[in-house]
Amino acid sequence: MDSPSSDPLVELRDLSFGYGERVILDGVSLTVPRGKVTALMGASGSGKTTILRLIGGQNRAQKGELRLYGSDGFQDVGTLDQEQLYAARRRMGMLFQFGALFADLTVFENVAFPLREHTTLTDGMLRDIVLMKLNAVGLRGARHLMPSEISGGMARRVALARAIALDPELVMYDEPFSGLDPISVGTAARLIRQLNDSMGLTSVFVSHELEETFSIADHVIILANGKVAAQGRPQDVRQSEDPLVSQYVHARPDGPVQFHYPGPSVEQDFGGAPAPIAPPSGQWI
Amino acid sequence: MSWYRPSDVGYSLRKQLADIGLGARLFVRLLLLVGPAFRRFGLIRDQIHFLGNYSLAIIAVSGLFVGFVFGLQGYYTLQRYGSSEALGLLVTLTLVRELGPVVTALLFAGRAGTSLTSEIGLMKAGEQISVMEMMAVDPVQRILAPRFWAGVIVMPLLAAVFSATGIIGGWVVGVLMIGVDAGSFWSQIQGGVDVWKDVGNGLIKSVVFGFTVTFVALLQGFEAKATPEGVSRATTRTVVMASLAVLGLDFILTAMMFSL
Repeated sequence: MDSPSSDPLVELRDLSFGYGERVILDGVSLTVPRGKVTALMGASGSGKTTILRLIGGQNRAQKGELRLYGSDGFQDVGTLDQEQLYAARRRMGMLFQFGALFADLTVFENVAFPLREHTTLTDGMLRDIVLMKLNAVGLRGARHLMPSEISGGMARRVALARAIALDPELVMYDEPFSGLDPISVGTAARLIRQLNDSMGLTSVFVSHELEETFSIADHVIILANGKVAAQGRPQDVRQSEDPLVSQYVHARPDGPVQFHYPGPSVEQDFGGAPAPIAPPSGQWI
Repeated sequence: MSWYRPSDVGYSLRKQLADIGLGARLFVRLLLLVGPAFRRFGLIRDQIHFLGNYSLAIIAVSGLFVGFVFGLQGYYTLQRYGSSEALGLLVTLTLVRELGPVVTALLFAGRAGTSLTSEIGLMKAGEQISVMEMMAVDPVQRILAPRFWAGVIVMPLLAAVFSATGIIGGWVVGVLMIGVDAGSFWSQIQGGVDVWKDVGNGLIKSVVFGFTVTFVALLQGFEAKATPEGVSRATTRTVVMASLAVLGLDFILTAMMFSL
């Protein structure tokens, strides 16, 4: 395993979170190393997106600590007030699953939005920055289009340009590859890697695409059943003997994560004498 | 929910109280955001255009027709007492004191309130509110406050347009069609309408309705469930709640103004 740098950008310690009775995360500890591309993987419902929401302060953990930006940052995101939370968020960018562009603004204005809200740049400087960011995602020529006029892959790239408009330290991607064609998946994966290295970012992304993920990530975290099943370099995780991890990375339908939803056994439902069918309730007579 | 189970009753009561608390907190926040909202007047200006300009046609046409009807009905009553020259005064006082603010508010709830609710509900469904929060931009300040203050500004203006076109409608029917004397029609208005007591009270009403309708619309949109069904329910609730609130408040305000 590579040694996660002594001052990781994000650190979760024994974090638990659930919606009401349903436990999503149960004592999760993990680190996101600075300057690296970290992939969060795991079956649907394993809490990957929840971790992004916790890091962004949209949800608060019931137990445990979440340190952000290392020693000069925030000790526990769960205890910040609105002002501190906004200060923390100004240093991060987040890409939502479907881009979440502002439907009534052009591509240019979408990218300009955070700059207009948080800076007092002149129009000329604003234009230059927006076009630079759009250039980085290859959409400088699409600046005048409306979100309804561009494809899903392009929308996500615009959202990416918007997420990096304020030069954040941390960029989080929520399933950046889902629903994209193979060309767009490749483009998106390369972009994540490229931007991370050229802008000195730290990137965290949630993904189900095994090949793309293992090819661009420096650090892989696999979640299962509310816990961290494995974390480390991609090649180490791939070779892991842990049945949970190996089921996931080899995409086996059945294993510790079960194919069948829990219910009555096969014998109960199909075998032996037919069970009497309960008469429908609420009859007239 | 069953009314005889204490836990169910308690749960729904607590939920209602929490909703009222959330609503009250949002209302206070919107009031306190008056400074930041007006510092970026461009945002309010755009909303005034959107809410006001696009409601203008329906308000003006409705005012005209209400004026027509008042011309006819008022003449029918007044001529029994031989005082049909007071038609102008009757039409004007009814519109300025009562119907202008109330009908404008009801039409505004249907025309602009629904569009506010569905716009914000759909922004929420498209995660545009969440993305704004993740950019450290407060959606209450950036999205809700400009719309709120624009609604408050626009409502009295629309009510004035409604009353004005209504008086013109009454004049068309009374003077042009029935033949009431134009001189007495206008001079009765001039002499009988008090700026503070009549126009002022109407203005207060329309400002209060502006707060009410816009706030109900924004709250419903902001609290809507982020699903197609949730947004459609929220839009319906906007019309129902805003209309009831306007009519109820109208009674309270009228009673208070009478006692003064």
